[in-house]
Amino acid sequence: MQNKITVENLNASFGAKQVLHDINIGIEKNGITAIIGPSGCGKSTFIRCLNRMHEVVSKARVSGKVLVDGKDIYDSDIDPVDIRRRIGMVFQKPNPFPTMSIYDNVAAGLKLNGINDKEILDKTVEESLKKAALWDEVKNDLNKSGVSLSGGQQQRLCIARALAVEPEVILFDEPCSALDPISTSKIEDLMTGLKEKYTLVIVTHNMQQAARVSDYTAFFLYGKMIEFGETNQIFKKPKEKSTEDYIVGRFG
Amino acid sequence: MKWNKRRLIDRIMSILTAACVVIAIIPLLSILYTVIINGISAIDLDFLTQLPKPVGEAGGGLGNAIQGTFIVVGIACLIGLPVGILSGIYLSEYGENRFGRMVSFVADVLTGTPSIVAGMFGYTFIVLYFGSFSAIAGGVALSVLMIPVVTRTTEESLKLVPASIKEASLALGIPRWKTTLHIVLSTARSGIITGALLAIARISGETAPLLFTSFGNMFWANGVDKPISTLPVQIYTYAVTPFPDWHAKAWAGALVLIILILILNISVRFATRRKYG
Repeated sequence: MQNKITVENLNASFGAKQVLHDINIGIEKNGITAIIGPSGCGKSTFIRCLNRMHEVVSKARVSGKVLVDGKDIYDSDIDPVDIRRRIGMVFQKPNPFPTMSIYDNVAAGLKLNGINDKEILDKTVEESLKKAALWDEVKNDLNKSGVSLSGGQQQRLCIARALAVEPEVILFDEPCSALDPISTSKIEDLMTGLKEKYTLVIVTHNMQQAARVSDYTAFFLYGKMIEFGETNQIFKKPKEKSTEDYIVGRFG
Repeated sequence: MKWNKRRLIDRIMSILTAACVVIAIIPLLSILYTVIINGISAIDLDFLTQLPKPVGEAGGGLGNAIQGTFIVVGIACLIGLPVGILSGIYLSEYGENRFGRMVSFVADVLTGTPSIVAGMFGYTFIVLYFGSFSAIAGGVALSVLMIPVVTRTTEESLKLVPASIKEASLALGIPRWKTTLHIVLSTARSGIITGALLAIARISGETAPLLFTSFGNMFWANGVDKPISTLPVQIYTYAVTPFPDWHAKAWAGALVLIILILILNISVRFATRRKYG
């Protein structure tokens, strides 16, 4: 497999509390990699290290390497803002900008980076909403508030917003945990479609979801990566005892 | 309906809270009533546009005091709003340290400072330095009262913006300063405007800080470095005289001041109505 992201000896901490220990993993290009594990195992922290969002929190520290296309994003000459533009993120709770319309929410990333050409914006908004499978539901209401949508629609709006800045990788941090089953299945279908163009990483509590959508799965426990492999193998023939225990539901 | 203990307590408490609302609103309505009754008869176009006449002469108005209030409050806003709002942004976004906590504390203390102290500040640092009472000295004194209020309300409104909104913006590759300026500030906009408005309303009626800064003037304003008439000081000047004609003018001045603040409130509310609830 061809790796989009290679993580080498990654450690992360909040103050004195170390939450990730020596993580080594390769994320396949144009694949979906799922990160599973019980609460507090460091899954979210891990993906936040992949687009330098971890350091947004005060007293958060990172060491080790995260190579994107072979270049370490923690190099001193790298601007974290550029990294976040290339590696987008969708959060656990839908978080559209409350003062903006649907259109402005999607266009925000472009507008605030200085792109004001109406034609480009119109085209990007439409394409992004189509990719996020939301266009048909909102095409006549683009000037309505983003927060007037349902939870599932808001999450797809956030996906459209992330897609609009044309990232190479999209990180999903438990994107369906606040959604109902129908919205969840829409977002899962959407992810499967997106991997043609993008590299996806999804953190999930829901093991069935990992099994359904991902090509590779990593199992995290207490801040360490216990096992990593093809999703089929992880779910059918886990090598580690604790992976098996977690997958069959003995804990977590 | 059966009257048990729970129902009874519920009823008593409801009546008690309603009674407190009435008690709170009585002085308010009574002030409004008195000011309107005593003031309305003296208000006409002359009152709003003419200079004061010497005692005993009929007619004349408070036009210069109305003009002066706008000038002095305007100067206070020019200084107070940018300083207050920017300090609030600093405290909320970058103030998680000793210095930030200290500034927050000082702002809280300043909010409770008697307004005459602000007047002494203006007198000591502006009036004595330039050797003259002036509109600028009045504006500076009022801005001293304004800054802590604006700072703290801005800080509190910004802190109410959920971290998830900031993270959403940062994760789009929007730099932090643009996130603060375009996402956080616009989300907190109505809170900040409300704070600014309360501060303006508060200082517009202040008399004490103006007594020995902007002083007073019976003529139209002729420069921000000269003494200037303001409504509160003019009301005070008229009210302490023994002349019934001037008393009536003081009431009318009070009514004008209340109406000006009311118009300010309504117009800003109107201008900042949120597009989306």
